[in-house]
Amino acid sequence: MAVQITTPRHRSLRSSLVPNYLVLIFLTFFALAPIVILCFNSLKSSSEVGRNPLGPPQAIQWQNYPRAWEQGGFAVTTRNSLVLVVGTVAGVLLLGGSAAYSLARLRLPGGSALMLLLLVISTVPLQLFLVPLFFLWKNFGLLNTHLGLILIYIATNAPFAIFLLRSYMVQLPADFEDAARVDGADELQVFWKVVLPLSWPGFLTVGLVVALGVWNEFFLATIFISKPDLFPVATSYYKFTTRFSRDWALTSAAAVMMIAPVLLMFLVLQRRFIDGLTQGGMKG
Amino acid sequence: MAQTQETRAVNTAQPIRAKRRISRKAITAWLFVLPILLLFLVVVIGPSFAAVYYSFTDWSGIGPAEWVGTANFRKLLFEDMSFRKAFGNNVIWMAIFLIVPVALALLAAGVLAPVKRGGMAFRAAIFIPYILPTVIVAQVWRYLLSPTQGVGAALANVGILGFDKAFLGQSSTALYAIAFVNNWQWWGFLMVLFLAAMQNIPHDLYEAARLDGASAWQEFRFVTIPGIMPTLVFMLLMTAIWSFLIFDYVYILTQGGPAGSSEVLGTLLYKNAFNRFEAGYASALGLTMSFFAGVIICIYIALRRREAE
Repeated sequence: MAVQITTPRHRSLRSSLVPNYLVLIFLTFFALAPIVILCFNSLKSSSEVGRNPLGPPQAIQWQNYPRAWEQGGFAVTTRNSLVLVVGTVAGVLLLGGSAAYSLARLRLPGGSALMLLLLVISTVPLQLFLVPLFFLWKNFGLLNTHLGLILIYIATNAPFAIFLLRSYMVQLPADFEDAARVDGADELQVFWKVVLPLSWPGFLTVGLVVALGVWNEFFLATIFISKPDLFPVATSYYKFTTRFSRDWALTSAAAVMMIAPVLLMFLVLQRRFIDGLTQGGMKG
Repeated sequence: MAQTQETRAVNTAQPIRAKRRISRKAITAWLFVLPILLLFLVVVIGPSFAAVYYSFTDWSGIGPAEWVGTANFRKLLFEDMSFRKAFGNNVIWMAIFLIVPVALALLAAGVLAPVKRGGMAFRAAIFIPYILPTVIVAQVWRYLLSPTQGVGAALANVGILGFDKAFLGQSSTALYAIAFVNNWQWWGFLMVLFLAAMQNIPHDLYEAARLDGASAWQEFRFVTIPGIMPTLVFMLLMTAIWSFLIFDYVYILTQGGPAGSSEVLGTLLYKNAFNRFEAGYASALGLTMSFFAGVIICIYIALRRREAE
């Protein structure tokens, strides 16, 4: 009897999901249509953008891409961005990872005070320490250097990384570490040879989130890098759009080149991206 | 004598060795944290304290800083009209962001939660704008909101007039247009957070509500909303804090213009520090912005404490 009652109920529930799908399709359209239009425009000629601003291209102009690559100096800016991404990710994983290891595994005395400090640091707004930091970096000769910007990125990304990696390492079984210690490994070797390989999913998540953040970052890059040949893609693209503000086809092609690697990575590692970003949601 | 000394030595050797081992362990543990602590000290902690000091000086960024007492704060609160305008804009911004993206995300998550087939694809698609760089989102919408090429122009072509305005270029709409663009990128992220919270609500609660004959709206109001309350409150708090710190979209889309109509505290700070070289005054501004953020955190903690009692 009970089965008979619930089965039609389920069926009626499923049929009532049609309005849900309609709303979702509309919202998905709202989220994706601007990106699709961007891709369309990147393949039009300038005059076609004027005639046909939103629709698909009628005559595909692949040459917008090499032209934007050339004019936007992408060869240089991509390399600059990669230096920033790799340097920051390596620094965050190494310094944040070792701090997380100490908090999770080495019974750090004063560990809870350190966690509180991390919480405070992650809520201190950039705007508070920005001005003195700028002039400090100027005195250190770190303005207009990738190293200077990387150091700031590491510091601002580390609290989130430490929280996430610590919570990951706490769950690991201690047996492997103890076995390594019995075999005479010191803590550095245990960290390097045992904990790092075991907690790679946590490291991968943090690495992806930090890499995305650095690739997209604009505010600090604008302030700390003012030499065009050191620009990362984001600030260079901004200058590019002010220089070619009327050439929508060209700026669209440049935009697609900047977001293509991000979108590809996202499509491949979707769940890891979403989980990592929502856990780092405190970054605002 | 010799024997007692020996036994004493044996007796004390054990605890000393144990203590030494503990302290060596502690030192090892601290060595692992030391590098990042030093970096925090140089990048965040030191400059933060310096900012508090400089906010009471007339520092220009170069050379010595002269103590001026509370002059910067008096100028900020009582003389600087652009501060008043910017603060008002930040409050408007906060009101918009506490309502519009939250409502949209609640709707989307509520609609998406019961969907099994294709649910993950919808979630990913709606999330995509969040991973795009600010500069690109700004450029896309600068185009779509332009009166000659964008959505408004397309609507005008098919006879729907009134949307082909330079929304970013006129002072009455600039701030709202920027907020719209930022919203477009932001709400999908909120949706994913709300969805995750909704999926953690025990299914029994919905069964019970249905047995009691609750309508879909009543279910949402009396089961879903209370179920995601902690997430909702936390995100409202983050939104409120972050509303005082916005910079990117305003700087990229209008630079605070036209005529200061979309100026916010973030762009005002930037201009004072890096265009006018009033580093002391900019520090006072930064301290004030942090103060607003701090007040909101205190309100949140007080509310939570009252709830716990």
